[in-house]
Amino acid sequence: MLLIRRFEERAGQLYGLGLIGGFCHLYIGQEAVAVGLQSAMTVGKDSVITGYRDHGHMLAYGIDPKVIMAELTGRAAGISKGKGGSMHMFSVEHGFYGGHGIVGAQVSLGTGLALKHQYSGDGGVCLTYFGDGAVNQGQVYESFNMAQLWDLPVIYAIENNKYAMGTSIERSSSEPLLYKRGESFRIPGIQVDGMDVLAVRGAAEVALEWTRSGKGPIIIEFLTYRYRGHSMSDPAKYRTREEVQDYREHHDPIDRAAKELETMGVTEEELKAIDKEIKDIVVEAAKFSEEAPEPEVSELHTDVLVETY
Amino acid sequence: MATELKMPALSPTMEEGTLAKWLVKEGDDVKSGDILAEIETDKATMEFEAVDEGKIAKILVPEGTDGVKVGQPIALLAADGETVSDTPAPPPAPETAPAPEPKDADEVDVPASQQAEGLPTPHVFDTAARDLVADVANTVDEPEVPEGTPLVSTTVREALRDAMAEEMRQDERVFVMGEEVAQYQGAYKVTQGLLDEFGPRRVIDTPITEYGFAGLGSGAAMGGLKPIVEFMTFNFAMQAIDHIINSAAKTNYMSGGQMRCPIVFRGPNGAAARVGAQHSQNYGPWYASVPGLIVIAPYSAADAKGLLKAAIRSEDPVVFLENELLYGQHFDVPQMDDYVLPIGKARIVRPGKDVTIVSYSIGVGVALEAAQELMGQGINAEVIDLRTLRPLDKATVLGSLKRTNRLVVVEEGWPTCSISSEIMAICMEEGFDDLDAPVMRVTDVDVPLPYAANLEKLALIKASDVVAAAKAVCYR
Repeated sequence: MLLIRRFEERAGQLYGLGLIGGFCHLYIGQEAVAVGLQSAMTVGKDSVITGYRDHGHMLAYGIDPKVIMAELTGRAAGISKGKGGSMHMFSVEHGFYGGHGIVGAQVSLGTGLALKHQYSGDGGVCLTYFGDGAVNQGQVYESFNMAQLWDLPVIYAIENNKYAMGTSIERSSSEPLLYKRGESFRIPGIQVDGMDVLAVRGAAEVALEWTRSGKGPIIIEFLTYRYRGHSMSDPAKYRTREEVQDYREHHDPIDRAAKELETMGVTEEELKAIDKEIKDIVVEAAKFSEEAPEPEVSELHTDVLVETY
Repeated sequence: MATELKMPALSPTMEEGTLAKWLVKEGDDVKSGDILAEIETDKATMEFEAVDEGKIAKILVPEGTDGVKVGQPIALLAADGETVSDTPAPPPAPETAPAPEPKDADEVDVPASQQAEGLPTPHVFDTAARDLVADVANTVDEPEVPEGTPLVSTTVREALRDAMAEEMRQDERVFVMGEEVAQYQGAYKVTQGLLDEFGPRRVIDTPITEYGFAGLGSGAAMGGLKPIVEFMTFNFAMQAIDHIINSAAKTNYMSGGQMRCPIVFRGPNGAAARVGAQHSQNYGPWYASVPGLIVIAPYSAADAKGLLKAAIRSEDPVVFLENELLYGQHFDVPQMDDYVLPIGKARIVRPGKDVTIVSYSIGVGVALEAAQELMGQGINAEVIDLRTLRPLDKATVLGSLKRTNRLVVVEEGWPTCSISSEIMAICMEEGFDDLDAPVMRVTDVDVPLPYAANLEKLALIKASDVVAAAKAVCYR
């Protein structure tokens, strides 16, 4: 979680320095969701797919921070060779299927990945993330219906950070309790504190058991919060500074985890050592991403099609 | 040694900003994530957060300072354990230089005194998209109005807003609907102020549900209202394209003229700055291929205003393609009570005699820039802004071809099955005898738009390519 936090802060800084362009959606505040869920998944067996706020999910899956940061700066060493950018990162090797820029698209795609797991009988589960904005897209419900109809092994993880860009959940959803969204499809749903990494992990284990045993999809709504704006160019004037401050001071997932570790006997020195180690990793990733060369000019025309005709 | 905190670039287009408010004072300890200051960019007020921990040793730029350049040191941060007195005297604040041209912003040299310690100096991020925005001051683009009409410098963003507001004032049936159009004042601030004036009944925030609200809008139009549906970008209208084409465009025909669908679908279209493949597409050719639709893609603020007003008044469904990179550009707009332009009329924005350059939307600026360059090389180019893509004003294009006998099409979009392809076909079918050279086109490269700055630069149209094409058709 701390790695995601420090990575994202550095990414925000690199954006301010002009080293990252376009859109850049930071995951600060929501770290416990990706870490709690993905720590329970099996890399290489299960699959993960998400929207454009994707840096944290990749880090949580153990993907090298250097190649993620290098993608953000548009360099050849980036995970998409610099051709995707912040919103479009993939690692098929890890079973991480992106990184999608159109709100809600990953819900159908993730359901398709679940179909693949069922079809090939590989025992895998697809973890499909989406937000409180995407829940109102029609394809979400078309996917829900098929997933339940065909008992597909998919976990729908709704990251409810309360705001779809500038629109609060109350202003966009007739039913703001998002875990109930599967009811008319007979998909069970649970709501979990997304600021508590152990609660998230516990929910992940329940959901994995449910889906792996062939019972079909499950919905988990995680109540979480993003500290930064929707993207780097969002001033986030639709909420009060007090509200943000309250989350930072009283609900921060990292502070909470640190406290739990202390009660478990981890010393302050040990925590400081982790802090230092992570800072070094992130500084090195940033340095790598600044120094790595841009893609070769010939890369403009590669990867458009797989075959030549 | 203290670290200089520098004015960050907080939006893709920010070059300088106002240091609105300091939220820390000298001597304060800060840790990463703390909000240090509020900075007003060209678009909004943003919070500036600390990345490293330390103590605010010195505030170099007082709050309320305007025109603070990106990269200028604004405070000194002392590292842990360091006292404020250890920090060196602040470097002299750089003189306020005139703002650089947007296109050169990424090449500005930073004086050594501003070089960061440990941190690179902020600069506006590198993007070829910025080069697409021509130097408007050099463009010959006078609006068609009676002599003596006062002209007011207006951004495209304001012109669009004014068009909507004027039509909403005079026609109760007109309303605006879309994501973030009301309380947020528009994702790109095009609907700024409309909620205040017209209230939530007529300025409606929707959930993120493009297919749904495009259908709702079309239904409301069938029922007799005149909706303006804003898409945050036309990339997201792909979710809704079924209603635009199957519901809105075909209603009048299928009902034998009984049922109309007078709706405007509007929003930014085309490449923006480094936003990647899924957010950088020109849908002009897609919609222009559909009978039953009107497709408009203006360049200047005056055309944006006059044509959006016409679109709202039209009884037909209109796809109105704007461009994010043009929103902040100033153009002269005639100050008139009711400035409405005809749909389906191209405009000669620069008369010439040696070669015709046809374009639309942001390509017009690139074409005008090329025309200026060509003038220096003894080629007098005529530039045509199509303005409307469907119905296409063939007469203006063919009339110009008749005079110049040479033609180049410029399009910020893919080449295959494009507006360029269409213009070339028309020239072959109906202007063959007037051609002294094959028609050529300058378009984006035929690949999904890459994110990397250097590849993006290669993928997008450039004035130099237009110059080369124009010279080629002139056999020069």
